[in-house]
Amino acid sequence: MSKIFDIDWRKMTHEEKWTWVFLSTAIIAFIAYCIWLTSQSSSTPLTEIAYVSPMLLAIGSAIISTIFGEILIAATAPKGKKRDARDQEIIKEAEHSGQFLVTIGGMAVVIMAMLKLNHFWIAHTMYLAFVGSAIITSVVKIIYYKKGFYPC
Amino acid sequence: MLKTTQITNSIRALRFANNEMTQADLADRIGMTRQTIIAIEQGKYSPSLEIAFQIARIFRVKLEDVFHYPE
Repeated sequence: MSKIFDIDWRKMTHEEKWTWVFLSTAIIAFIAYCIWLTSQSSSTPLTEIAYVSPMLLAIGSAIISTIFGEILIAATAPKGKKRDARDQEIIKEAEHSGQFLVTIGGMAVVIMAMLKLNHFWIAHTMYLAFVGSAIITSVVKIIYYKKGFYPC
Repeated sequence: MLKTTQITNSIRALRFANNEMTQADLADRIGMTRQTIIAIEQGKYSPSLEIAFQIARIFRVKLEDVFHYPE
């Protein structure tokens, strides 16, 4: 387990570096949003909180941070190939692992909409599914990079 | 449960036997990154059959001289 968190930036591939940035920004933005939501919930019922702008800000800042991270990684990377067949295989396998949560989240929001639940719960269920999927995909990728990847 | 492999390889020895070819040189010649060569050498990645043949061809040896599978 300790090897997974043995972060040596120089030994990482371009894709592994990007995965760490993606994972970090997704978690930080989600935690920041949760802290804000918790602070609001003490004075206002959850379903009455004006969450749209802060949620868009959290999602938007995570996306922009990831783009800047990608630019920074590319700018500081040594010359040569950035991604190869191993990266492509790891990306494909990891995305397959994380995809199920988006599917479950999608099905859940359809059912919630049919049940006419408050849009607060629908939006948060989908956001949670996206963040969960991003975390699972990233963690699976990092495990493959650290522990080894053996395609069938 | 993570999969593992029983395949081992002699890429490191073959690199040294070929004018101490660097991992970066080998990576360039087969269109992979240096980190992937490191992963293959450490047994952390099983390359495709096509890449395996390319590596063997660079060292001018048979595939079985590069990759080994226990009896």
